[in-house]
Amino acid sequence: MEPARRQPVVDVALPGDAAAVDAQVSRARALAGLRFWDNVYRWLTRGAAVGVLVILGGVMVSLLIGALPALQEFGVSFVTEQRWNPVTEKFGALAPIYGTVVTSFIAMLIAVPVGLMIAMFLTELCPKWLRRPIGIAIELLAGIPSIIYGIWGLFVFAPFLQDTLQPALIATLGNVPLIGALFEGPPYGIGMLTAGLVLAIMVLPFITSISRDVFEAVPPVLKEAAYGIGCTTWEVVRYVVLPYARVGVIGGVMLGLGRALGETMAVTFVIGNAHRIATSLIAPGTTISATIANEFTEAVGDLYTSSLIALGLILFVITFIVLAVARYMLLRIERRIG
Amino acid sequence: MASPLYAARRRRNIIAMGLSLGATALGLGWLVLILSALLWEGFSGLSLNVFTELTRPPGSNGGLLNPIVGSLILTVLAVAIGTPIGILAGTYMAEYGRYDRLTSVVRFINDILLSAPSIVVGLFIYEVMVRPMGYFSGLAGGVALAVIVMPVVVRTTEDMLILVPNQLREAAAALGMPRSYIIARVCYRAAKAGMITGVLLAIARISGETAPLLFTAFGNSQWSIDLTDPMASLPHVIFTYALSPYKDWQQLAWTGALIITFAVLALSISARALAARK
Repeated sequence: MEPARRQPVVDVALPGDAAAVDAQVSRARALAGLRFWDNVYRWLTRGAAVGVLVILGGVMVSLLIGALPALQEFGVSFVTEQRWNPVTEKFGALAPIYGTVVTSFIAMLIAVPVGLMIAMFLTELCPKWLRRPIGIAIELLAGIPSIIYGIWGLFVFAPFLQDTLQPALIATLGNVPLIGALFEGPPYGIGMLTAGLVLAIMVLPFITSISRDVFEAVPPVLKEAAYGIGCTTWEVVRYVVLPYARVGVIGGVMLGLGRALGETMAVTFVIGNAHRIATSLIAPGTTISATIANEFTEAVGDLYTSSLIALGLILFVITFIVLAVARYMLLRIERRIG
Repeated sequence: MASPLYAARRRRNIIAMGLSLGATALGLGWLVLILSALLWEGFSGLSLNVFTELTRPPGSNGGLLNPIVGSLILTVLAVAIGTPIGILAGTYMAEYGRYDRLTSVVRFINDILLSAPSIVVGLFIYEVMVRPMGYFSGLAGGVALAVIVMPVVVRTTEDMLILVPNQLREAAAALGMPRSYIIARVCYRAAKAGMITGVLLAIARISGETAPLLFTAFGNSQWSIDLTDPMASLPHVIFTYALSPYKDWQQLAWTGALIITFAVLALSISARALAARK
């Protein structure tokens, strides 16, 4: 068959111009369609990005609204008073705030040096083939859900401390003047020290992995120069690596602190939930998050609920500031490394 | 002969190195301690009963069927809500507005949401969903978890899309592809492994979350898959059972903890393997 015969009738019947115009029109229509969907997608993604901001704003606003009745009722005394009495509806947040600060402080006191030491081991000392497995194992610690730390802390760690560490502390440091007051009282097992120790285990991986990353980012030339003039490994880390990585390490520490402040389940299990400020570290206490977790569903009365939400607001504001500082620090070191 | 100063420096170095070795042993030791306690306590209660029976009053040989199913439903719900929003937001940040003011603000806020205390998320959802609706519900629990999923997905999506080489985008654009098609057909495909890794990590993160569920999904000792009812979940059951005085409930809590840990470890290891393959 000849090709001419198979041509569509239109092409033969219409002048060439008309066919071209028609093609142009349909082409324009298709392009307009594409442009339309392009715009839709663009605005959809933009909307989602704005949505992230809206959610954060929503958290802030909803907590503020929820906390308003309590804040109006108690004013500044909410954060300066220790009483927490659901029966008379008098609430003050000092005990939970104190507990949060103390447990986080204990956690950082242990986790920061240990984390930095592990980071030093991983970057300077460890044989190459062992680095990845150990790094992964430490990061697995970070992946274990907090409730697992809680149940382990309650059934394994707390009884262990009650039998060993706490009696030893009471017998030795408990008799020392001044700091003896920190280790007074019977060994309950659960308490602020236990919570602090569990928190230390939980934030250790965060501090380790960030410190390792910033240690690794130190230019090799600097380290080699230090080794070249005869520095020991420790001196290289202490006088070259640490000063160079300082900002990043502080960022990592703040990130860990943010975790420790807001950690809920692990602490709830082992803190003992006692609304009082005890000088002794081994006494039961409470933290902001543990108080909310323990009491929120049982809270009767608007003022009680509102006070708990006000606690949540305080926690959110504190962690927001800590995390913002952490991000700022990490951003600075990222820029320097480029 | 070695000078005293040199000897002192050597000694200090050896002490520091010893301490760093000890610290590493300590860190790994904790992992071993926790996992072995979990295996020991968890396995002794593991039986088929756990997976086939509903939760029952203490002493009547109950299982964990409804919390397991509840946790699965909540996770699916959270991923279904959180992932699309997260991917879209991450897409905007990497593709449309990489150098925008908006992007740097969202990135900062997102990083903070990433490590914000999860109990605060629970309070937030309580305020905006549970209180207006008047009852605890599985839906509220799913949304609360979605708020935790979202920042993880935003972060990984953005990071992975930024890694896609610009030449790919330019080549596709030179063929006349509109931008949305380039993103959907070229960039997503190139970044697929990383984005899936992000979702897996997000699932690992929420599968053990308890705090945001306490006053959203609440918990339910009956069989219920109705999203408008309170819904049982594994972490919540562990929380209540572990703090109960009954031995068999505590045993179930350990077993539940073992199941969660295995799920989380499996998820994070497969996420890692997926990321390493790229």
